[in-house]
Amino acid sequence: MMLQPIMDGLVNGAIIGLGAIGVTLTYAILRFANFAHGELLSWGAYLALTVSGALGALLPGLGTPLGPFSFGWSVPIAMAGSILLTAALTLAVDWLLFGRLRRSGAVTIILVMASFGAALALRNLLEFAYTSSPKYFSNALQISREILPGLRATPDQLLVVALGVVLVVLVHLLLTRTAAGRSMRAVSEDPQLSALVGIDTRAVIRMVWVLGAALAAVAGIMSGVVVQIRPTMGHDLLLPLFAAAILGGIGSVPGAMLAGLIVGLAEALTVQLIGAEWRAAVSFVILVAVLLLRPQGIFGKVTA
Amino acid sequence: MIDLLSYAAFFLTMALTYAVICLGLNLQWGQTGLFNVGVAGFVAVGAYVSAILTTPPIDGRIGGFELPMVVGWLGGGLAAGLLCLGIGALTLRLRSDYLAIATFGAAVVIQLALLNLEGLTGGPFGVGFIPRPFGSLQGDADLFALANLLVMIVTVLLCYLALEHLVRSPWGRVLRALREDETAARALGKNPVTYRLQAFAIGGFVMGLGGAAQGHFIGFIAPDNYLPILTFQVWTMLIVGGSGNMRGAILGAVLVWAIWAVSGSAVSALFPTEQQARAASLQIVMIGAALCAVLLLRPRGLLGEAGTLRRRKTRTAPKISEGTETNA
Repeated sequence: MMLQPIMDGLVNGAIIGLGAIGVTLTYAILRFANFAHGELLSWGAYLALTVSGALGALLPGLGTPLGPFSFGWSVPIAMAGSILLTAALTLAVDWLLFGRLRRSGAVTIILVMASFGAALALRNLLEFAYTSSPKYFSNALQISREILPGLRATPDQLLVVALGVVLVVLVHLLLTRTAAGRSMRAVSEDPQLSALVGIDTRAVIRMVWVLGAALAAVAGIMSGVVVQIRPTMGHDLLLPLFAAAILGGIGSVPGAMLAGLIVGLAEALTVQLIGAEWRAAVSFVILVAVLLLRPQGIFGKVTA
Repeated sequence: MIDLLSYAAFFLTMALTYAVICLGLNLQWGQTGLFNVGVAGFVAVGAYVSAILTTPPIDGRIGGFELPMVVGWLGGGLAAGLLCLGIGALTLRLRSDYLAIATFGAAVVIQLALLNLEGLTGGPFGVGFIPRPFGSLQGDADLFALANLLVMIVTVLLCYLALEHLVRSPWGRVLRALREDETAARALGKNPVTYRLQAFAIGGFVMGLGGAAQGHFIGFIAPDNYLPILTFQVWTMLIVGGSGNMRGAILGAVLVWAIWAVSGSAVSALFPTEQQARAASLQIVMIGAALCAVLLLRPRGLLGEAGTLRRRKTRTAPKISEGTETNA
């Protein structure tokens, strides 16, 4: 009977973890807490909804559910489209706002504040365009199946967890095994020194935005598939994202994912034991506990 | 004509409650460089604590002590200040943006607590029957509005003079020194964490005071008044007015509140009822874009910080300005 919340926690935790990877990378390489990252999840979901809606209208066959899942081919195609569009959006925001502030030598905190302003503008733009009523990728109802005795999950939920694991492994390999990943880690260690040895810092920054946006879009779409799409979905996830990024240790991709799962599980247990109304407080409690006990996080270095 | 006068008085009274909150934020951000993203939460704590202390008792709700309003306002300020002290103690030793994340989280939890601790806060229904200053004058609308405005003018003036005095004192100079060059200030034996913590707590007290005042002028408070948009409005006020400048904080509060009120009534006049929620979100988009634009184009706001001007003077005549600074 305690198994069911674990399933819900894993699904939510995978979504939080994917979003937190973007937060942790932005924090480690661009060196500021990006309050607009949550909005990238929402934008990713709405952009995918728009693309899949258009596809469904043009080619109704694409809307037929795929195998056991609740959605048809239109959603995976829309996901690819949304990743590109969300990445373009972040690059545009960086070009318009963060890049200019960086070049003018603004201190960290001005960047944080600008991200706060950008978050409000981006979120309310969604609310203006799509209204605040919840939307869904598909109206198909899914029946959860018993995987283990006492543990039920829908195929969609299992897909979310699997996709989360695959993406974390891929990002981890990208960071540790490729030249691009090495340059990203170098910049996070010491921006000046890496610029000196010939690493193109601007290319690294673009890479961070694109990677963070792509993961955020996937996380937003997954949240839309298993829950619903709302303009405030990213904002509601922002505190869990920060809690996971800090718990995992700033800059650590596996740490962010593991911590995302911990936050997701803690939320699910709180819903079970205390009540759903206090769910949003869990991340704050975790955050405070980490700040008190181990500010560098699980995998962080002491100096971080 | 008379109506216009009492509306103007009411409008200015509200604007000045924001000015108090903005002055508190100016001590935290403008003088000390502490980024507080949970303004709405601290304002809410001030408003609720003052309301609980001063309202008449109600069945099924803790509180309702019917204490004098002054006690309520000070209590609200103290509660917000203590909360700031706690959060500051937790984060001020760490990287600067940890404070931002922690205050953001605190505001989320405060919002949850307001909604769910029904026995204390009235839950989603909020707290009503909050006594208004000079309630005995309520029969005469104009006199009542002017008396309220007077209370607020005196409050803003007191906060302004107290903060201006603090900021000009040696204590205030240490704050700015820490903000500009922590290593140098540390070398002079100033402990950055202690000073920042003091500034953060005093700023929180002023914010709570502003929140308490606001609650008493509206006469009713509910969790919906303390959404992140409030934090955002206060920030815009400070940035537009000129952070680091106490007069800028007051000017920004009145100006941005005027723009907000005018654009709000334009939205309700121009758009049909069913489109108003959409138009209101567009209003927020525009203010968000405006904040980013001010950060990019005129980061010092309308009235820049007085200190930067002084520094320029120092370069030309170091000895004289050194003398005036120690006398000030």
